[in-house]
Amino acid sequence: MKFHNGKYYNRIVFVLLLIAVSDVHANLNVFACEPEWAAMAKELGGDRLTIYSATTSMQDPHHIQARPSLIAKARSADLLVCSGAELETGWLPLLLRKSGNANIQQNQPGNFAAADHVEKHDVPKTLDRSMGDVHAEGNPHIHTSPENILLVAAALSKRLSEIDVDNEEYYSTRYSVFESQWKVLMAKWKQQVKVLQGVNIVTHHNYWTYLNRWIGLNVLATLEPIPGVSPSSSYLAKLKKQLSQQEIKMIIHVSYVSDRPSQWLSEQTGAPVIALPATVDYQDGQTLSLWFDGVIQQLVSVKR
Amino acid sequence: MKISFLQSSVICVLCAQSIVAAGATDEELNKQLETLEQRLVAVEKQAEDNSENALSVKQSAHQASSNSFNPAISVILEGVYASYKNDPENYELPGYALGGEAGLAPEGFSLGHSEIILSNNIDDKFYGQFTLAIADHDGETVVELEEAFFETLSLGYGFTVRGGRFYSGIGYLNQQHQHAWDFYDAPLIYRGLFGEQYLDDGLRMSYVAPTDLYLELGTEVFAGGKYPAGGKHSGTGSWTAFLNVGGDVGVSHSWQSGVSYWSADNIEREYGGHDHGGVGEVPLFEGDSDIVGFNAVYKWAPNGNYLDQNVKLQFEYFSRDEQGALTLLNSSPLETSTLNSRQDGWYAQAVWQFVRTWSVGVRYDMVDSDNTGSDDSVLGEAGLLTAGHMPERASLMAEWMPSEYSRIRVQYNRDDSYQKTDDQVYLQYTFSMGAHGAHQY
Repeated sequence: MKFHNGKYYNRIVFVLLLIAVSDVHANLNVFACEPEWAAMAKELGGDRLTIYSATTSMQDPHHIQARPSLIAKARSADLLVCSGAELETGWLPLLLRKSGNANIQQNQPGNFAAADHVEKHDVPKTLDRSMGDVHAEGNPHIHTSPENILLVAAALSKRLSEIDVDNEEYYSTRYSVFESQWKVLMAKWKQQVKVLQGVNIVTHHNYWTYLNRWIGLNVLATLEPIPGVSPSSSYLAKLKKQLSQQEIKMIIHVSYVSDRPSQWLSEQTGAPVIALPATVDYQDGQTLSLWFDGVIQQLVSVKR
Repeated sequence: MKISFLQSSVICVLCAQSIVAAGATDEELNKQLETLEQRLVAVEKQAEDNSENALSVKQSAHQASSNSFNPAISVILEGVYASYKNDPENYELPGYALGGEAGLAPEGFSLGHSEIILSNNIDDKFYGQFTLAIADHDGETVVELEEAFFETLSLGYGFTVRGGRFYSGIGYLNQQHQHAWDFYDAPLIYRGLFGEQYLDDGLRMSYVAPTDLYLELGTEVFAGGKYPAGGKHSGTGSWTAFLNVGGDVGVSHSWQSGVSYWSADNIEREYGGHDHGGVGEVPLFEGDSDIVGFNAVYKWAPNGNYLDQNVKLQFEYFSRDEQGALTLLNSSPLETSTLNSRQDGWYAQAVWQFVRTWSVGVRYDMVDSDNTGSDDSVLGEAGLLTAGHMPERASLMAEWMPSEYSRIRVQYNRDDSYQKTDDQVYLQYTFSMGAHGAHQY
């Protein structure tokens, strides 16, 4: 191949031009670590964003493999939207390093951690591996509170405008619409969950901490002896004894974990088991509000 | 870019439309917006006392303590109890002269590589990693600098440069620390070609293509002082090139496959000592060497949840060509021979983690060789003749993982490396303390 050959030269120029042109009109590539942030990005960025969700609602975001497909997606991302608070610590750092993508590295505008924008609970006073899957920064499942959703959406909208200045008005308009809708829904949900205030529940993992606090549910115990560790039968027996004085109204677990411990306690106590979808089924086109509404209705229906 | 009032109102309507009700007419849309506004006013009044307070939560500031800038530290504790039918001191791999760290663990209790790994982002442009291995060699405890490298974070466009001492990117297993392997010992072909694992001091440049299919190209230049290269080189002693591709099939299946190439010229490679009462005769290879390799990995986990159940299939093949001269150092008179060598081998393994805390695995290994030279006795002394025996090995493994940080493994090998079949049993523990870095795919 000779480079001064006119035909080749023209072809190269054509390809370069094609790349340049396609780049100008390219959407912002958003890499969402969890489906809830993909759904939020869709609300706030509409058709200006090309969104990829690294996980599904049936996956435990603590334990994801740094798969080649994820590295490839991280390579082309303009903005990373993740929970943060060490939720993705087992896989995200490796994706960042292997991606060769400067935009999404830590502390870059293209690296957005939702947990940085809300107040976190369950912050451990001391850290020790014998405590199980504890996160130094606190409970990372912040998306389970509708108030947190609004706080994160405000910050994410701002971030979108910073990265994609040309579409600033578009993003802020969409945020205003989202905000007003969400506030209406939040008031509705708040009204609906009044009946759940002070109700005794048992949860499998401390996944719903933020929602429980928002509703005012009274969590008697978690089935996991320590976060991330499945309960043994002897531990469950101990737990049952410990809980024998109180009336449990329901037992909650996320749908991606085994329901066996929950079912066992249900048989012993008669309290119903509720498998709540951990997050938005983004891949099937669900929205944040539909998911949340579903969770609230599931909880309320048990009380009725 | 300035947006006129008209434009912004169009944008507003467009986005409201897409959220509220795709396909609704303007009139309906206006009505919806109106009622929305009315409800909003009511809601805001009603919820002023509670929700406003909650919504004004300040951003959580990251608290900095005196040690929060320390690198992430992890310590790997590893030990093994080994049992053999044959004497492990007599281990050999016909067709391959062994060097590097190739060999069997001593009979009974011994520590493997205890490791201390420090890693951190150095600043916004660089990442650094430092791995010290403390191991026993011939009854002496030695500290080995296993890895000490920096890596760029900010080149962008898919490029990353790594420099220092690191495991080469060739092959699949080679880049992983031994404690991340699924079997206690290295495949025979790794033992034969690389002396367990290949690392050296040098520079790597890698590129990830902006495609949905994972495509990584990389090349490395090394000083060439480490086995299986060797000797002093003023510039580059060895170099590599590799290509990896990978992706997902649905949500439960994923795969990766790669080809790699290693080349070193003007090698001066000394093999492990071969005692003949008193002065040891040490085979020395001088010449050129090329290795090509292929690997493929497939993983399955229901819904992509690897924690509770997964299957991993893994295959690697390597082939090496060498031309040069072989000398038996310390022999008198000095014995030498020309050497024309071709060695290849492969392993295939399957590991099934059937519950969160248990997995079982099976592996089969084999290596082959075709070595010729001007003096067969020299080749024989160096262990390069096979006498018609083709080394192979079959392994079974079971491991118990009470948590992500601890693992107890038992492994059985039926080892036909050399003519006398060996039964090998390993009972191994691996514990990881402190920060737990992400594992490679």
